[in-house]
Amino acid sequence: MNFKLSDAHAMLQKVAREFAEKEVAPLAAELDLTGEFPRETFEKMAKCGFTGIGTPIEYGGSGADDLAKAVVVTEIARKCAATAATLSIHSIFPSVIMKFGTEEQKAKYLPLCADGGKLSAFALTEPNAGSDAGAVKTMAILEGDEYVLNGTKCFISGGGQAEYLIIFALTDPAKGLKGLSAIIVERGTPGFSIGKIEEKMGIRASETVELIFDNCRVPKENLVGKEGKGFNIAMTALDGARIGVAAQALGIAEEALDEAVKYMKERVQFGKPLTALQGLNWYIAEMATKVEAAKWMVYNAAFLKQSGQPFTKEAAMAKLYASETAMFVTNLSLQIHGGYGYMKDYPLERMLRDAKITEIYEGTSEIHKVVIARAVLG
Amino acid sequence: MKIIVCVKQVPDTNEVRINQETGTLIRDGVPSIINPDDKNAIEGALALKDIHGGHVTVLSMGPPQAKEALKEALAMGADEAVLLSDRAFAGSDTWATSTILAAAIEAIGGYDIIFCGRQAIDGDTAQVGPETAEFLNIPQVTYAKHIKAVGDRVQITRYTEYGDYVIEAKMPLLLTAIKELNEPRFPSVRGIFKAYSTDDVKVWTLDDLKIDMTQIGLKGSPTNVFRSFVPVKEKNSLIIEGQNGKEKAAALINKLTDLKLV
Repeated sequence: MNFKLSDAHAMLQKVAREFAEKEVAPLAAELDLTGEFPRETFEKMAKCGFTGIGTPIEYGGSGADDLAKAVVVTEIARKCAATAATLSIHSIFPSVIMKFGTEEQKAKYLPLCADGGKLSAFALTEPNAGSDAGAVKTMAILEGDEYVLNGTKCFISGGGQAEYLIIFALTDPAKGLKGLSAIIVERGTPGFSIGKIEEKMGIRASETVELIFDNCRVPKENLVGKEGKGFNIAMTALDGARIGVAAQALGIAEEALDEAVKYMKERVQFGKPLTALQGLNWYIAEMATKVEAAKWMVYNAAFLKQSGQPFTKEAAMAKLYASETAMFVTNLSLQIHGGYGYMKDYPLERMLRDAKITEIYEGTSEIHKVVIARAVLG
Repeated sequence: MKIIVCVKQVPDTNEVRINQETGTLIRDGVPSIINPDDKNAIEGALALKDIHGGHVTVLSMGPPQAKEALKEALAMGADEAVLLSDRAFAGSDTWATSTILAAAIEAIGGYDIIFCGRQAIDGDTAQVGPETAEFLNIPQVTYAKHIKAVGDRVQITRYTEYGDYVIEAKMPLLLTAIKELNEPRFPSVRGIFKAYSTDDVKVWTLDDLKIDMTQIGLKGSPTNVFRSFVPVKEKNSLIIEGQNGKEKAAALINKLTDLKLV
């Protein structure tokens, strides 16, 4: 038992923190206002190898492990949750290709996604298929050597910017969930277009869009894994992605706590700094305790995953707890800041809005309780 | 092109506090970093390597924990790292430090360019680079803000407060880098994990160098620090009173005359 980051992970954390302070923090407030996608920052993250974490070096990746990914996402999320979300969601596609893809798919897509600066996306959700992935209606019917895709995906993070997308569609509609398959679609394929661009409460620079498939034909070689294995692939991908969301939530919470501590030392009321007020100190104690617990839950889930052990339950717990902690801590930190916290001159109101999505996407808190209860009760 | 970069590990001065009673740095819990100008020197070396190919060695003198700084330089893309660490080196001033660095550079040998940062944020002397060049008996160009290697020569834009000088010098030579030279790259993820997967920082002690013992360490250092202190900021202002401007002006003249300033 050793509750300490390795020297390499500690150095990566330091580098990611410097990167976040220098490259991410100065843009965060503006990106939140405009909702503009941080393309340049994404390319800089590719140059540093952040986008290639988890992809083996022989495929152009950075190597490293899930803990490294969690550490980097946390540091980026401290300064801009939308940029962290972009990084974290992008990493789902290469991890799916690595685990389920053919050698040709790995050779073609992994180098481009790892450090080639190409963004990728993951498209499961549909208007009537949120938590209920079994209700997917998009179809991909094999005609000769091609799958013909028809249907609509919604709320797809980065979908409008991504070069490569993994789409979950029914290749055998009669079989329902067992007819669900994972198929790669490249940007610009005829019949594939971007629909509504959503106006969101938070993580506004992580573009969220509708994808429309209208007789979109892709080669049958774009099938990932076997036909009918889509649900299994999606659930495996989401297990890993939950650690990413938990890391985002942890980063937001850590930063909100630091902001509260800084403000309490500076702000003088009744002739004393706020740290002289026991009521507020108790807030800090509660916030710091939850952040500490969330951190170790995230690190533990990442450790279990990278060491090949079962991690579904722990990833779900980390996601549930870290996202609730992000909401709790941003809310109290804003409260400590009083009127200033409510103003856009301070980052707290943005962080509170950003924190909310972590309780919703990649599975709501309620779905996570279902997953956890099932794992505990057997 | 073979380049050697001298780097120093320093306390992050953004977080440094001074013990007001002893006048010394409180180093407990203060993170250590690569001296900022030295990072520009590393980047300068790596940028030349990117263009011309070659080999970059980073060299540091310091306690064992200075290995961290060298690991970071390796993660940025340096090929080799050497740490000079020996109790006999402790207490060295700039003269003694340059003597040791020059001896190590001679031991590495075969270099085209030696890069140093302009100065370290903990001492601010800006002496180690130039003194090292003198001990090596090679040309030096300080305050480099632009560098271009052409054949066996280097063209350097040297930044001074009086204006820029464009200087050409033949290799081997020593350059000192300033922050205007470049924007240091971030260490890559791959570089970080590679730097920590092997223990490839060489550690050299006194025995590895040809060196005159009388010129190094505390005893070999001509500079002695008697006391260091934080200057006390004093504001002594005098408000000149008077009914009107004329009266105030007269009072001011009288005061200046008393002080023999006019």
